[in-house]
Formats: sequence, structure tokens, C-alpha cells
Amino acid sequence: MLTSSRPQVEQWQAFRARIHGAGRDERASLLAAASDQVRRDVLTMIERAGLGHVGGDFSVTDILLTLYAAVLSVEPARPDWPDRDRLILSKGHSAAALYATLASCGFFPAAALTTFMAPLSALNGHPDRTKVPGVETNTGPLGHGLPVGVGTALAARLRHSSARTVVVLGDGELQEGSNWEAAMFAAHQRLGSITAVIDRNGLQQGARTEDTNALEPLADKWRSFGWHVTEVDGHDHASLAEVLAHTAPDRPTAVIAHTQKGRGVSFMTDRVEWHHKVPNDDELALARAELSR
Amino acid sequence: MIESTPVHPVAGVRPAADPPALFDCRKAFADELATLARTDERVVAVCNDSVGSSNLAGFRDEFPDRLVNVGIAEQNMVGVAAGLANGGLIPFVCAAAPFLTGRALEQIKADIAYADRHVVLCGMSPGVAYGQLGPTHHSIEDLSWLRAIANLPIVVPADPEQTRAAVRWALSTDGPGYLRVSRTPVPELFAPGTPFEPGRFLQLTEGEDVTLIAAGTLVWRAAEAAAVLRAEGISARVLAAPFVEPLDQAAVVAAARETRGIVTVEEATVSGGLGAAVAGVVSRYSPARVRSLGIPGVFAPTGDAEFLLDHFGLTAGGIAESARQVLADAGR
Repeated sequence: MLTSSRPQVEQWQAFRARIHGAGRDERASLLAAASDQVRRDVLTMIERAGLGHVGGDFSVTDILLTLYAAVLSVEPARPDWPDRDRLILSKGHSAAALYATLASCGFFPAAALTTFMAPLSALNGHPDRTKVPGVETNTGPLGHGLPVGVGTALAARLRHSSARTVVVLGDGELQEGSNWEAAMFAAHQRLGSITAVIDRNGLQQGARTEDTNALEPLADKWRSFGWHVTEVDGHDHASLAEVLAHTAPDRPTAVIAHTQKGRGVSFMTDRVEWHHKVPNDDELALARAELSR
Repeated sequence: MIESTPVHPVAGVRPAADPPALFDCRKAFADELATLARTDERVVAVCNDSVGSSNLAGFRDEFPDRLVNVGIAEQNMVGVAAGLANGGLIPFVCAAAPFLTGRALEQIKADIAYADRHVVLCGMSPGVAYGQLGPTHHSIEDLSWLRAIANLPIVVPADPEQTRAAVRWALSTDGPGYLRVSRTPVPELFAPGTPFEPGRFLQLTEGEDVTLIAAGTLVWRAAEAAAVLRAEGISARVLAAPFVEPLDQAAVVAAARETRGIVTVEEATVSGGLGAAVAGVVSRYSPARVRSLGIPGVFAPTGDAEFLLDHFGLTAGGIAESARQVLADAGR
């Protein structure tokens, strides 16, 4: 099990305080810069590992970074704090983005990122909660996160805790029926403390979602299941911070975050082949240049 | 090399009345669960519209907030249980064994076993208990499926007392577990206080000729088979396996060395359960003849549970006959 990094926790706390005190535009630019740092870390991790899911990592980065820097109540030095908010990454193949974000909060030292997918590393290609502090459940197979999130939200209610649960889902994985079992039950239980954030990049591994097994009208689906639905630009940090801070009383909330796969790097953006393609040296240099502007 | 540890001898196996009074272990399960819930508020029950079939009406009435009924949705049920455990509760997931294990197998693997969650998966009415309802409702594959998953103890209690002990053990341990809670009626076999430990068999009778290793609902039938054999001058060692995983490897090796063959007996397919586990141990450490009795790679025909157990030779007579065959093969 990795352990927290004190200097990094302190840096993250200072960053959070700055975000909290900033105006809307300054907050957005601070979050955007931190998100691009996460993307650069992800590139390095994938370069070293020779493997990874860069497209989905980059579509979800702004969502994860905003949650940890501006929304969630967590204590990286105390990952088992009973009243912490829970972030469950249902799209477990975006583990690299999650690891880089958790490291930026000090859940574990950033140096560990260099071991991503290396033999015997704690940082498996999909997250393992028994090895990585901050990971709430083991994901990888799709359609697992939302049921687990419903359970954590129910547990918080039973224990009279005000903890929130945020489940980040891929859009393609909504084709798994287990999500809709959980969606139905969360609404039946009037679980206001749970938020499902859908990383709606429109692409799954092999093609567009709408050309594979169409999800639209997606907002209507969630509404018809009894959820409060909001839609947001998933790369607009200021809006994300506002939307994600909001919950509805007695009703679960679905946030459809409109995103682009491969966001941040022009030649990866909205391109299905970058689901898990590994950039070559020239592409890495180009990508790093674009992410350092 | 497996270290040799003496098997727990059970002095207190109760002499069966003739015919013995038989019990559905689901009642003992529900009673013990409610007892524990009274003193440990972390205990919650999770079910899939199975309040009746899991005998949870009493629990629901006493702890209405602590019964989570997800409806007919097994994948969600197991995921929700993992989340409840994340929140500090100890869920006992109560659902008909075929649907709990078959429908939610990936959730059991990823959300419970791999994620190392203290969730107790309680497979109700396993084996061929649902008889005439047919193979869709028989849970004979569960032991094979679950034995392939790491970090998942598999408990197969043989009577009401062992069922209560299993519930207490599952609460006291710190990780996942699968409990097979039988509906097929069984007599009371074990006295309160009988040892109940992972990786330890119980020895019901001594014997040097042949060993009968049984789990769950067939332990008492194995004991009856030993009595039949004894009358013929064959001494059978009867071992009860409350844990199919972890297995009592030392007791298996001792049986392989000290008797001339082993018969395993379980209300499950023989492809991967107790019989396969025993065969794996003897083939590695002490080759011996093993015959596995169970459901032999077929979907059962129509018939009630009693008929099906007879049909597949899972009776005192059928077990005794297998023992005779093992001894014949061994060149007695």
C-alpha cells in the first residue's frame, strides 16, 4: 500500500485555499493549468509503460482535477476517514488520470507515477484500492462503479454521515445494464447525496457510441429514471466546479459532462484510434508542446 | 510438504433418531443473523426481493432500516453491498444461490474478492434444493465458480449448529466469504461449541479402510453410509468439510496415506467443487484413488430434491456403493 506524501498534501491544501479564494476566471485558469500538468504526467506514465488509455484519460482529466481541487471533501493523509466524500472511477481504464490526480493531492508521492504498470507496481492498469490510497473500489470491468456508489451513499445515510458520493462513468459503459439497475434503485431510495458524472466524449473503444448502441436521448433516460440532470461543458473548469458542487434534495443527480476524447492534444482530439494508442516520440513532443502553452 | 495437523475429532455427533428430525438451515441462519444484529449495528442484510425465500421477514420487522432490498437486480445487489462495506457496514447478501453467484459473478470477483471487502455472500437454497423448478434454479455450479476466485473462503455448513457458527465466523473475520445456506432438510449433527475453523475438517468416525469426505447436506448421509459399511466389516473414516476453501489439506493427505481410497460427496457438480479440490491435493502430495460423488456433468432431470439426490446416488446406499468400488479398484 502506498502512503501519503506530506509536502504534496500541504501543497495541495494551499492550492485548494487559493482556488477557494479566487474569482471565477482565476479559478478556471488555475484549474486548467493543474489539469494540463496531470495530462503531462499521464503522457510520461504512458510513455514509460508503453501502454495506456490516453484518449479517455484526457477526456476525464478536467472532471477529476476539478473534483479533487475544488469540490470533494477528502483528507489525503487520512484516506480511510469515515466521513470523506467518495470518488469512484467507474471507467477504471482511465486509471492514469486518476493516479496523477491523486498524486497531485498527496495521496501518495508523485515519484510512484513512474512505476505505472511496471512489474509489481501498486499502479496497475486499472485501480486497486488495496494498494492505492484514495481508490475506493476496484474497477476495470465496466458497469461496476454506480452500484458500488449507491451502496456507499446508502451507508452514509444509515450512519448519519453527510458524505457525498461521486461516480465518474464513461458514456460507452452506460451500455452495461448494471448501471440502470443502480440508477433505478438510487432514485427509489431518494439518494440525494450521490452524483453520477458521465464523461460524454461520444466515443467508445471501437466507434462512436451513437453508431454502436445509441445512448441518446441520454438526459431523458436519466430523467425518466428519476434523476435530476444537468449538462455541462466537461472542459470548462469554472462551470464544472459550480455544477459539481450542487446536489438535489431527495434525488440523485446526473451530470452529463460533454467532453472530447484526447482533449488537449490537437491530433488526438475526438479521434477513436486514441482510445489506447501509444504516442511515438514525435507525437509525444508535439503533445507536450501543446500541453505546455 | 503439508504439515500434518490432527483433524478435529467430533465426540458430539448426535445419534440420529430413526427417522431423524430434519431442519431447513435458513431458519438457523436468520435467527443467528438477527441475534448478531442486535449487538452489532454494522450488520445489514441485502437482498433481491428475497425477503421470504431468505427468511428475512423477522429481520426486516426488527431492523427496517438495515434491510436493503434492491429488487430483482443481482449485479446491483452485490455492488451495493461492496459500497455499504466501503461505508463501514457489514452486509450479509441473502439471495438464492444460483442467481447470486451466476448473475453477479463478476461483481463477486471484482467488487468483493479482489477489492477485499468484508461482505458475506449468503447463497440460499443451493444444490438441487429447488428440485422440480429445474436446472435454471439449481445451484450446483457455485462451488466450481467461486473456488476459482482468489480471496474468497467458501463455507458449506452441514446442519443448523454449523450454520450458526458460520454466520458468527463470517462476522468475526475481516474479509469476504461465501456461505451456502441449505434448504434441503438435514438433521442436527453438531453440538454447540463444536470447533469451526477455516481449513479444518471435522472427523465424525475413525476408519482405516476408506475415507468419506462430505460437505453440507450430504454429511449426515455419509455418516449413514459409514454405518452401512461398518456392518459389512469395512471401516470408513468420515470427514465433514465445513470449509471447501480453504481446504484441510493435511486431513486430505492423511486420508490418502492412511486409508485405501477417498470418496467425496457434495450437492454440486463434480467439475470444480470439493471433489476437485480433494483430487488436486492428493495428486500433488500423496496420490490416491478418489471418487467424486455429486452431479456428474449433466443438467438434472425433473424431480423433487429427494428424488434428484437418489437419482445421482447421493444417498447412504449410493455413497456406500462408491466406497466399495474404490476399495475394489484399490485391489482389496
